[in-house]
Amino acid sequence: MEKQVILNSKHFELTINRLCYQLIEQHNDFSDTVLIGLQPRGVNVLERIKSRLETILGHEVICGKLDITFYRDDFRRRETPIIPSATNIDFVIENKRVVLMDDVLFTGRTIRSGLDALLAYGRPQKVELLSLIDRRFRRDLPIQADYVGKTVDTLVSERVSVEWKEIEGEDKVVLFTPETNG
Amino acid sequence: MDSLSVDHLTGIKNLTEHDIQLIFKTADSFKEVINRSIKKVPSLRDITIANLFFENSTRTRLSFELAEKRLSADVVNFSAASSSVKKGETLIDTVNNILSMKVDMVVMRHPNPGAAKFLSERVDARVINAGDGTHEHPTQALLDSYSIREKLGSVKGKKVVIVGDILHSRVALSNIYCLQKLGAEVMVCGPTTLIPKYIHELGVKVEHDLIKALEWCDVANMLRIQLERQDIKYFPSLREYSMQYGLTKKILDQLSKKIVVMHPGPINRGVEITSDVADSDQAIILDQVENGVAVRMAVIYLLASKIERQ
Repeated sequence: MEKQVILNSKHFELTINRLCYQLIEQHNDFSDTVLIGLQPRGVNVLERIKSRLETILGHEVICGKLDITFYRDDFRRRETPIIPSATNIDFVIENKRVVLMDDVLFTGRTIRSGLDALLAYGRPQKVELLSLIDRRFRRDLPIQADYVGKTVDTLVSERVSVEWKEIEGEDKVVLFTPETNG
Repeated sequence: MDSLSVDHLTGIKNLTEHDIQLIFKTADSFKEVINRSIKKVPSLRDITIANLFFENSTRTRLSFELAEKRLSADVVNFSAASSSVKKGETLIDTVNNILSMKVDMVVMRHPNPGAAKFLSERVDARVINAGDGTHEHPTQALLDSYSIREKLGSVKGKKVVIVGDILHSRVALSNIYCLQKLGAEVMVCGPTTLIPKYIHELGVKVEHDLIKALEWCDVANMLRIQLERQDIKYFPSLREYSMQYGLTKKILDQLSKKIVVMHPGPINRGVEITSDVADSDQAIILDQVENGVAVRMAVIYLLASKIERQ
């Protein structure tokens, strides 16, 4: 595997900052808005954005975590079942503006499941999508993000990994390319 | 990424500790699902499940049916009372007839011990044992341990006494296996005639004095006297049994610590426990029922993921 850093820690922070200001542009003081991170890795995006937003705004922003395991379209198509993570939405999403968050937008299937899972909690006024990385031209479904940290052009065989200071020790985004023969 | 080590749930005896923990972890997620305003997930949309009850049941059957429906599975119900079993059809023939109608999973309760294992070896479907005679009742034991874990934080190191008709109880045997696999200490308590002769070989303590047993334990699981399975008299009268082994509020209040009281249902109020115990804050009987749905959803979900797609 060939490894290439496509977002280093300095640009990572800048990107998170920019996404926060873009969100503020659209949602003002967040009184009608809730942020929901998709388990497992979207929660890292959520937590980083939440803490930055709260510093800028000076007040709390309502946040939740959503697990999509039971809504996936690949149940019984995998070797082993996926073990769910926790869902934690202790507020009403009815008539709220919801911003779904994930780390990498690829085929769009996770977001499709996320939309289904979200609707089990009520009928939001509007749903938007924030993705730290957008692997464009690789969608299986007609789904696009409203807020994008960085757009990358990739091959299906490549892998994009978002790493976090809290977990991997450093904020960065890495592109892994399989080595080709000749 | 994880899966069960078994293809059927015929008994707790065949499960590993890891299997049980996996079921509990999955059940945690389902417990959250069944407390939402929309209590249903689409996971098992393309799975059909037959509930075959060759013996009476209210709670278990309802619990399984709710679990199946909340996973979006299609459900067919069958009870022996209104079926061709009365006309002389064998178990295998009955089940194979149902399976020809494209059923993927069978939940079965049967009066004969070993019926679920027998079936699992002979038909092409996943089998879940919902009680086979006096042998095992695995989902009940799972939900009992799950409820202890929920109430006390963990099962490991806890002392659990099972009181009552151990001889005729499938709940007792499954509970002993399950609790021991999770690291709990188990004691059985009841009249000599209702304790199986070789039960100590399972590594459980035996006590005939209810008060001593209750002083020892953290959790007491009170079983019903299964009069329908008793072909001879095992004790002089229900009244005498109740005097010696019935749990009353007075006994409970005299104990040196607060214990947790469980009951797999159906309760015979005034026999094995009195009404004020059953309705007290130490009893987690209704939590057990709620957890039953979540635990059964987890078992069905994990086994269904092993069904090969055609």
